[in-house]
Amino acid sequence: MKKLLTGDEAIARGAYEAGVHFAAAYPGTPSTEILENLAQYKEVYAEWSPNEKVALEGAIGASIAGGRSIASMKHVGLNVAADPLFTFVYTGVNGGAVIVTADEPAMYSSQNEQDNRNYAKAAKLPMLEPADSQECLDMVKLAFEISESFDTPVLMRLTTRVCHAKSLVQCGERQEVPIREYHRQMDKYVCVPAVSRKLRIKLAQRLKKLAAYSEQTPINFAQYNDLKVGVITSGDCYFYAQEVFGDTVSYLKLGMTNPLPVNLIREFCQKVEKIYIIEENDPYLEEAVRQLGFAPIGQELFPYTGELTPEVIRQAVFGQVLPTIEYDQSKIVGRPPTLCAGCPHRGFFYEIGRRKDIMVCGDIGCYALGSAKPFNAIDTTICMGASISMGHGAQKIFKLGEKPTKVVSVLGDSTFFHTGINSLINVAYNQSSTVNIILDNRITGMTGHQENPGSGYTVKGEPTNLIDIETLVKALGFRHVRTVDPNDLTLLKETLDAFLDLDEPSVIITRWPCALKKFSKEDKEEFRDAFCQKYVVDTETCIGCRICMRAGCPALSFDQETKKAKVDKVQCLGCGVCAQICPKKAIKKEDK
Amino acid sequence: MTTKSVLLVGVGGQGTILASKLLTTGLMQAGYDVKMSEIHGMSQRGGSVSSQVRYGEKVLSPVIEPGGADILVSFEVMEALRWLNYLKPTGKVIVNQYQLPPMPVITGEAVYAADIIEDLRAHADVTVVNAAAIASELGNPKAMNIVLLGAIIKAMQLTDIDWEQLIRETVKPAFVDLNIKAVHRGMEAVE
Ligand SMILES: Cc1ncc(C[n+]2csc(CCOP(=O)(O)OP(=O)(O)O)c2C)c(N)n1
Ligand code: SF4
Ligand code: SF4
Repeated sequence: MKKLLTGDEAIARGAYEAGVHFAAAYPGTPSTEILENLAQYKEVYAEWSPNEKVALEGAIGASIAGGRSIASMKHVGLNVAADPLFTFVYTGVNGGAVIVTADEPAMYSSQNEQDNRNYAKAAKLPMLEPADSQECLDMVKLAFEISESFDTPVLMRLTTRVCHAKSLVQCGERQEVPIREYHRQMDKYVCVPAVSRKLRIKLAQRLKKLAAYSEQTPINFAQYNDLKVGVITSGDCYFYAQEVFGDTVSYLKLGMTNPLPVNLIREFCQKVEKIYIIEENDPYLEEAVRQLGFAPIGQELFPYTGELTPEVIRQAVFGQVLPTIEYDQSKIVGRPPTLCAGCPHRGFFYEIGRRKDIMVCGDIGCYALGSAKPFNAIDTTICMGASISMGHGAQKIFKLGEKPTKVVSVLGDSTFFHTGINSLINVAYNQSSTVNIILDNRITGMTGHQENPGSGYTVKGEPTNLIDIETLVKALGFRHVRTVDPNDLTLLKETLDAFLDLDEPSVIITRWPCALKKFSKEDKEEFRDAFCQKYVVDTETCIGCRICMRAGCPALSFDQETKKAKVDKVQCLGCGVCAQICPKKAIKKEDK
Repeated sequence: MTTKSVLLVGVGGQGTILASKLLTTGLMQAGYDVKMSEIHGMSQRGGSVSSQVRYGEKVLSPVIEPGGADILVSFEVMEALRWLNYLKPTGKVIVNQYQLPPMPVITGEAVYAADIIEDLRAHADVTVVNAAAIASELGNPKAMNIVLLGAIIKAMQLTDIDWEQLIRETVKPAFVDLNIKAVHRGMEAVE
């Protein structure tokens, strides 16, 4: 049956059809939906792991025990999982193992634009690059076969458009694959130097075999048309190039991009007059073609950053895009993403944004929007978990000065469990006097509301052990720990004042659910009055001072005609933050 | 047939995703090759969003280029102006009579111009649909997206597809009647 699937859905479907037994991931755009979809198949064990390293290690264990396993992550997630990856390539597999990385050319929801094809080369494992959803499904099945026949994990590299674009897919049935037998093999799975030296040689031999395979696999193919121009490409760029050039040029479409089919490439390059390399981000294919002694046109013409969508290719090659309407664009106002109405992070950023003499080390999550207007309340954002450890380092330096700047580190619950916990252990161990804030909105918000170790539920929606952050933090030895309701600005302010004065580390946990969270049974009990009542502006009392706009709430606007503040009833979720900010107390709870 | 491109734009949370899902499923069932591209993630938090739908005999790129859309359907007034350069010079615009102030307007740094629809009219064939009012009349302002879906169906001459059946198969039973009415009202709103 044909279905309209995203690439992520097709990866999940393909892995399911390939009989996968174990799937683990940590959410991250654009890879999140792979595991979300795999979790819907009852035959597949699926889990959200606390981070990508743990996810991959789980998949490695499952593979060695004889099951087929898959671990999926966004591009930066593979940095976190890189340590196990490099040595897993040495041991090889028992049951087939596939790792999916979802890269983000153009950085729609990411902090950087790294090209993870480089990992395949550096870690020496085979890599497949699907171009659309059908290829996602077919290639993930092929990846399991390659994994088992060559005794290696396989990397699949997707990009945002492949993950999130939908196209028609021919789906099949699940092929049950028996769990392979396990027995102890210390010369394969125990990577001590004596073993690894031997495995390193085996790895080189395996790569040779894979290179031969790459030459004849049908997923690497040439399409000859006119021979004046030949395009070498992989992934979604194949369709973009076809959109622009149609049948007027020849194509070498590479589905397996490590090891590369050098003979096939050489043959293609010899046949065509001019070679274009169309690939997003790094000159990965380009450098390989150059090494073969050809002079292709790549990044001298095409940009090294962003997506190579048809308009970009058209502009680069022909110097013009399609005809468009010319009009005055000066009336267009930007629409940056904002914290949702009722977001529990709002109160915190309002309060912290008012303090100018501190450094705020931020992290990755919805609360990164605390750096935007009107809060402007974050000094740094690097990677998940870094807030607390960077804050620690910064505080140690500030301490050397005369009047030390105080550092506040802030991250979310999911980010705390991801790697923030390691950072907090460092603060406890090496004692810096930072104030560490865990914005616990009871869910992983940014990536679309996934359960996490603190939410009490698994990816399959089953109740499970709930890790209580306050208990955990106290167990690390922190003496100053307080859990507060972030919508209570007075309490928040008092707590911040008290903890900023300490010469010891402290932890504040703000506990209130994300405005978009689907409440669990426990949430309904704990947050009984959450999001029940709306606020309204009493236009008699409102003096039009606009101070409430500092809440930066999308439900709140200023009526240019009446010169009064206005609450949009549909959007308001009644957090009460704006009401506490108003100096005239003109924003009130609506009568029920 | 040449590939047709429908560009749906709006603000995160307005329901462009459900509208494009119904549209693409209908097109698929009618036998077209279909591709659709959306960017999820950060922009969901009240940012500008787009769903790009392309259909025909064989579709190559899932993304629409500037100057490539046959129709631009905007769920919000300002967004229509933002995306107008994606429209073919001969293309059509359907715009929802509905404004959501972006954060710079809320904080008072920028103003939301009152005459955007006139600007659009000066450059393209524009149909204004008061989808918000229609949906409210039908009893649920959230059905705005389905009213606009109806407008697309009419404007792209896709009325032969059995949309009612599709709605029955796709949406929750409690919303079937509402959505069927909404689709029809949307179709009537376009000449
Ligand atoms: C290594 C890595 N993995 C995944 C992501 C994607 N990601 C960005 S924010 C985030 C979750 C944030 O959740 P939480 O800390 O609970 O904050 P919230 O968004 O709920 O406020 C994830 C998974 C990433 N940026 N880096
Ligand atoms: S999704 Fe949740 S955490 Fe993220 S901005 Fe919205 S309310 Fe806040
Ligand atoms: S109470 Fe105020 S700040 Fe909170 S959601 Fe409503 S308008 Fe926004």
